[in-house]
Amino acid sequence: MKQLSDTLFNAVVRSCAIGTLILVSGLCVTLVIHAMPVFRHSGLSFLFTSTWDPLRQQFGALPFLVGTVITAVLGVLISLPFSLSIAFFLGEYFPSGKLSIFFQSATDLLAGIPSVIYGFWGLFVVAPFMQKIEIRLGIMPYGVGIATASIILAIMIVPYTASIAREIIKLVPSDLKEAAYALGATRWEVVRHVVIPYAHSGILAGILLALGRAIGETMAVTMVIGNRNEFPKSIFDPANTMASVIANEFAEASDDIYLSALIAVALLLFLFTTVMNMFGRFVIKKLTVRQES
Amino acid sequence: MENPILITENLKAYYGNHLVLKDINLEIPRLNITAIMGPSGCGKTTLLRCFNRLHELSPGGRIEGQIWLGDTDILSLDPIMVRRRIGMVFQRPNPFPTMSIYDNVIAGYKLNGMKLSRVEADEIVERALRGAALWDEVKDILHRRGTFLSGGQQQRLCIARALAMNPEVILLDEPTSALDPKATAHIEELLISLKSRVTIIIVTHNIGQAGRIADYTAFLYLGELVEFGPTERLFTAPKDRRTEEYLSGKFG
Ligand SMILES: Nc1ncnc2c1ncn2[C@@H]1O[C@H](COP(=O)(O)OP(=O)(O)OP(=O)(O)O)[C@@H](O)[C@H]1O
Ligand SMILES: [Mg+2]
Repeated sequence: MKQLSDTLFNAVVRSCAIGTLILVSGLCVTLVIHAMPVFRHSGLSFLFTSTWDPLRQQFGALPFLVGTVITAVLGVLISLPFSLSIAFFLGEYFPSGKLSIFFQSATDLLAGIPSVIYGFWGLFVVAPFMQKIEIRLGIMPYGVGIATASIILAIMIVPYTASIAREIIKLVPSDLKEAAYALGATRWEVVRHVVIPYAHSGILAGILLALGRAIGETMAVTMVIGNRNEFPKSIFDPANTMASVIANEFAEASDDIYLSALIAVALLLFLFTTVMNMFGRFVIKKLTVRQES
Repeated sequence: MENPILITENLKAYYGNHLVLKDINLEIPRLNITAIMGPSGCGKTTLLRCFNRLHELSPGGRIEGQIWLGDTDILSLDPIMVRRRIGMVFQRPNPFPTMSIYDNVIAGYKLNGMKLSRVEADEIVERALRGAALWDEVKDILHRRGTFLSGGQQQRLCIARALAMNPEVILLDEPTSALDPKATAHIEELLISLKSRVTIIIVTHNIGQAGRIADYTAFLYLGELVEFGPTERLFTAPKDRRTEEYLSGKFG
């Protein structure tokens, strides 16, 4: 009887796992199939040209690729000082206590806010603020654009990097830190010469995961990036990311080739985020294995 | 006792409100090996960690009383200065996994931001590794990671790391409990060879080990110093019944 329920349980678990795999590969195959028409139509110029004019059936997705990379990287860069400070604060300096719990819940709370709310906030607070700066700088005061989107993204990804980096920092064995203290190191010297060298690849993995998330973030970015299909010339320009152009234009994609072009963008986005995630997870896994052995 | 190097006066140590060391009065003889023994949980590690003020880093860790090193009370010094003069070796070998053997030996200098010329560094590394009887085994792999070494070699690397700072005292907390008998014997020999240059305080559970290497032995019980004296006298003619019971294996 026991054996039967065991086998049954095994079978259920296994088929669920296999089902998930099939689902993911199915998703990928569908994307590839539906993206084919535009590649047949435009070839590699889909990836390397920057005119996106659906009316004339010109599909160059380069502006979205560039827009995605710039907003995501900029977002991560802006977030780093904050997320790393929080991670070190919670992981090393105050790993327990009321203050720690308060900060931890505050950052976790940030992660739970729906992205549409970030979008609204960006539109009503950050964009006008950006506009003022742009007037100061004497450039076109769009308000919305890459810079605004990056700031919003930065806030959204702080909890991700912070929580992963915090856990990695906590993994640094205390006997190593004590060895350093016993040699007369100060707290900062311990962080710099023991904690950071030990944890840096894990922290990097956290940053990659955050980058993956920044690349895929759709709603908030679509609301504040200005949705312009041209190659951005400065970080204050309105632009589009892969995610935002899909969200923005999917409803109006009337003909097959236009739709196929958007699906091809989706395929690119899928590949981008998957690679980023797999790489990040791989690094973290390698690290945890080293931990356990 | 003539010329002790460390003297504790009414030393008390707490974890929060929990008193773990009760009025320890102890004189550690200079350039000798002193063993600290006692049943598990009696406060041996805590006592050792008072000497280099590592105890204060534990949550709730607090020290009262005096610990004299020469004519200064180390509790009134900057802990960092104390730790440079009193080195420590831990129970589990803990070389820094991100550093080479070479860098591990001079880690004390690097951590403290002290600049060393190449020649100085080479010299310190060789002297410390020779002191720790490890030089011949690692002289060709100095720039490999220290974590590739065997447990016994790692522990000697940790001893070299402590020696490199030229400390007056080295504290060892059960340094051989994670090692096999051969590596243990090697470390015991090494400690005996070192006592002409540095005072050694070693926590050990192994009565045989204390007998083999320690000139003096302190017996702690439930946070109290029950008995202290020359190892031979303490082992052959213990004054306290608790010491006798411990030595005959009744507890611990
Ligand atoms: N970090 C800590 N927080 C609170 N109490 C502690 C802590 N470390 C040790 N103690 C308590 O202090 C007492 C002495 O501990 P200590 O580690 O000094 O014993 P020990 O003699 O070294 O034991 P062992 O032989 O098992 O290593 C014990 O009662 C222990 O429970
Ligand atoms: Mg102990």
